[in-house]
Amino acid sequence: MNQSQQEFAIRVRELVVGFGRQTVLDHLSLDVRRGEILGLVGASGGGKSVLMRTIIGLIPRQGGTIEIMGQPTRGRTEGAAMTWGILFQQGALFSSLTVRQNVQFPLRENLVLSQELMDEIAIAKLEMVGLRAQDADKYPAELSGGMTKRVALARALALDPPILFLDEPTSGLDPIAAGDFDALITTLQRTLGLTVFMVTHDLASLTAVCDRVAALADGRIVAIGPMRELLQSEHPWVRAYFHGKRSQMLQHEMR
Amino acid sequence: MNSQPLLLATPSGDTLKLRPEGPWIAAHVSTLEALAGSVGADVGRSRAVTLDMSGVSALDTLGAWILEKLSRKAAASGEQAAVVGVADHFTGLMDEVRQVNRHTPAPAAAANPVLSRLGELGKATFSAREDIAIFLQMLGALFVSVWGVLRRPRSLRLTSLVYQLNRIGVQAIPIVALITFLIGAIIAQQGFFHFRRFGAESYTVDMVGILVLRELGVLVVAIMVAGRSGSAYTAELGSMKMREEIDALSTMGLDPVEVLILPRVAALVIALPILAFIGSIAALYGGGLVAQFYGDMGPAIYIARLHEAISVTHFEVGILKAPFMALVIGIVACSEGLRVKGSAESLGRQTTTSVVKSIFLVIVLDGLFAIFFASIGM
Repeated sequence: MNQSQQEFAIRVRELVVGFGRQTVLDHLSLDVRRGEILGLVGASGGGKSVLMRTIIGLIPRQGGTIEIMGQPTRGRTEGAAMTWGILFQQGALFSSLTVRQNVQFPLRENLVLSQELMDEIAIAKLEMVGLRAQDADKYPAELSGGMTKRVALARALALDPPILFLDEPTSGLDPIAAGDFDALITTLQRTLGLTVFMVTHDLASLTAVCDRVAALADGRIVAIGPMRELLQSEHPWVRAYFHGKRSQMLQHEMR
Repeated sequence: MNSQPLLLATPSGDTLKLRPEGPWIAAHVSTLEALAGSVGADVGRSRAVTLDMSGVSALDTLGAWILEKLSRKAAASGEQAAVVGVADHFTGLMDEVRQVNRHTPAPAAAANPVLSRLGELGKATFSAREDIAIFLQMLGALFVSVWGVLRRPRSLRLTSLVYQLNRIGVQAIPIVALITFLIGAIIAQQGFFHFRRFGAESYTVDMVGILVLRELGVLVVAIMVAGRSGSAYTAELGSMKMREEIDALSTMGLDPVEVLILPRVAALVIALPILAFIGSIAALYGGGLVAQFYGDMGPAIYIARLHEAISVTHFEVGILKAPFMALVIGIVACSEGLRVKGSAESLGRQTTTSVVKSIFLVIVLDGLFAIFFASIGM
């Protein structure tokens, strides 16, 4: 095991992604260290989700390399659920399965284990994300927004993957639920030793949860570092993002 | 370091010492389950159980849960269970796992199969009544909005009507013509083949003409339209319902029936008779081609025979049914669309229901019309 494999969970080098003539990511490089929570910010439509989807292999890349846990990736791979869990923005729960079956799905597809153990693990995961065993037999359509996100998180964590991708985990949640969710992610990250890659617009969760924040503008990472450093950044877009009216208001509140 | 998980059980007096080793992670789950099962009996027999975790090299929720279950099993049979030697970076996980699965609700008792069948039958009967109510409600709402349009002709959504006419009328012509053409040809071929045996070949033309004009032309076209356009209506309105578009319309003070449903149903009522006419002509043409190439009957004779065999009455009987069938298809499709609930599955179920129900109702309606026309002598 060489050093980079020890230190970095995700290494992106010179990544180029485009659609037709439009280039969305232009020679982008990004390292995510093991065991950290990295927040990714960027303009709407600026390529944040494209970056995440390219790393997990949903979008083909035109150039560059991506290494996950020291292994180069090539598009969609077998057993990807063992490597990473993904929390999609709308939850992406399978609507024809109950909550319990949703959480069991990765277990059932990837492992051979008894139904009894599978039930216990599913309930354990649901309780770890703050749901009750009584919720296990509901269908996704019967869940509130916050519960959907929690179930989706439980499903993403079903196989205890080392890396967790979160796409706007707190969007659409009220501030209390968003705060709870932030706390939940921090707790789980510590308990399970996860590496978390989080796309978000929520300044509060950037400040509260993330170890480092990366800013994506013009198809590149223009600034990366702890929140404190990003606030000092001189890049015009980063300044506009963190020192705009809304952001200023929030930071005042926090001080 | 072990690459395979192990579980060493050493009984010393009354105490059973369990020492898990190696990676206790999900990837080795079948081994882990077997290991935990193999010591189960020993755990039940001994007085006290010590779980020494110092040999565990990797641990995840699944492994932690299997170990926790062992210690819980020991504790449950009144023994002393102790977990020792937990490495620092596993403490959090072990503590977390200790909290879970404490309040598992009792599984619901299996229902009596006979009773549940009876219950389903009752519910189905009850929902049939509801279906009729919904159908009548939609019919009433449609007539109310037609009345509104008659009073204020400007409130008719003309753009939408023309768009729907193009979609379900004009664009359906090729497939409708092709299928009715084939059906006409097949009927004529069967007629020639079977009537030839008793020298009644020329009556094939009578059969094709009457059958196509009175029944098959309109029925086949109505069934195709129910499958092609009815399902589209249901899916469209259903996804609008799911995305709250219909609620948005209502809150703006607009009536969804007037804006969305009336143009769609009106387009069907206008288009179906035209499609039925085109379909009938295509079927007669198909019959004519078979007459020439299979029945040795030239076009001139075919047309002359047709002229003798059919009258305007036959044509009227067929075409009069078309608008009513269109109304039934439109009402079923739209009301099923509005019944879609939040999930993708419900959209699929409602679309299926819409197509099945409208085809069924079209055939029932056709039967009723047959009785009606027979009794008035048409």
